[in-house]
Amino acid sequence: MDQNGGSVIAMVGKDCVAIAADLRLGNQALGISGNFQRVFPVTDRIFMGLPGLATDVATLHERFRYRVNMYTIKEGREIEPETFAHLVSSTLYEHRFGPYFIEPVMAGISKTPTGKIKPFIAATDLIGCLNFAKDFVVAGTASTKLYGVAEGLWEPDLEPEDLFETISQTMLNAVDRDAFSGWGAVVHIITADKVITRTLKGRMD
Amino acid sequence: MANADGGAYSYSLTVFSPSGKLVQIEHALAAVAGGTTSLGIKASNGIVIAAEKKTSSILIDDSVIDRVAVICPNIGIVYSGMGPDFRVLVTKARKSAQAYWKIYGTYPPTRVLTQEIATVMQQATQSGGVRPYGVSLLVAGWDSHRGPTLYQVDPSGSFWAWKASAIGKNMVNAKTFLEKRYNDDISLEDAIHTALLTLKEGFEGQMTEKTIEIGVITVPTPEELEAESPDGITGRVKPTFRKLTEEEVRDYLSL
Repeated sequence: MDQNGGSVIAMVGKDCVAIAADLRLGNQALGISGNFQRVFPVTDRIFMGLPGLATDVATLHERFRYRVNMYTIKEGREIEPETFAHLVSSTLYEHRFGPYFIEPVMAGISKTPTGKIKPFIAATDLIGCLNFAKDFVVAGTASTKLYGVAEGLWEPDLEPEDLFETISQTMLNAVDRDAFSGWGAVVHIITADKVITRTLKGRMD
Repeated sequence: MANADGGAYSYSLTVFSPSGKLVQIEHALAAVAGGTTSLGIKASNGIVIAAEKKTSSILIDDSVIDRVAVICPNIGIVYSGMGPDFRVLVTKARKSAQAYWKIYGTYPPTRVLTQEIATVMQQATQSGGVRPYGVSLLVAGWDSHRGPTLYQVDPSGSFWAWKASAIGKNMVNAKTFLEKRYNDDISLEDAIHTALLTLKEGFEGQMTEKTIEIGVITVPTPEELEAESPDGITGRVKPTFRKLTEEEVRDYLSL
């Protein structure tokens, strides 16, 4: 899992969610790219981060795109965040004894039956064990550091602008303590009506 | 014969006639039309499906017979035609619903499950050594995307949605009766009442709680949906389809 490096975090805010990832792609200690995308939109309201082996990032992105497209066409509707999380889990478990070296992180917004906004985050391990946290989920080479900083900085019901500051500081400071993560970061703030994407300026060492 | 090419059974038994018909499917529909009546009515707040439970002898223990079957918590089916073919399709439908649950963590929407069943039935019209299924099905289900829906699936594998319909022996009269009595905002209670009246029209013999079966979909309100699983992730799903007990059927009959 530390062949290429990289880390992802997702956090819950007030009627919004945020997902952030670093941009480094390396070959062990040698840094190759500061522009590697590992967070992808699944639908307008669901984003997925794929930290781990870079070849599996590409393959899993394509596999999930295929499965979600088939779902959308067959059911005539967009997939819900909870349903997508289960789809991720069952897809990974199919390779229980020869897994993808990825620990996906998902963030999205859904609506309750009465119409309230429900922010959603989830993560799985590399063989599909689901984790539905209520505050934040982390994965990647800097995951231990992300846990530490997030635990300190996160509080419930942060507005989108405050959530952005919180998740950005968490990401920047955590990856600065990890040799295999960093070289820039990207943050997506997802609200009910729009997604704002910002690229962070961080230490390039 | 154990030929590598399949021998006499390597081709489909359902072949086109010169007029463009699949005669085997016509015969299968005849088997359906000779079967005991069943019907379904979609109401504004639910669906009712019902069937006659006609037995050929009074010695038969009819408590074991199942005309209305539960597939998963939100979908039930009723049929007209050959009982054994229905049994096999119910098993396949149940397995299909569980396979969907294994992947997505939720039960399939009605139309998706109906499509799976219809595919199974179509494959029996285009495969070697098999005959079409001798049943038509009425599939009643609820999902959060489309609400309550009622589909009919025929031996050919074609399916379509109904607001109200009947299949089997008395279907022409029953459908005429339903056309007169149906309106778009009928309530579930009225629909059950209408279903019983419709069945009664063509009923030979006594209609009691032992000679009919009723299945009901009750549409949950948004509040109920939210209340049952507070974070929408865990918890068993509350069933929306259930079969009425004999006592409940008796109560409706006495109205």
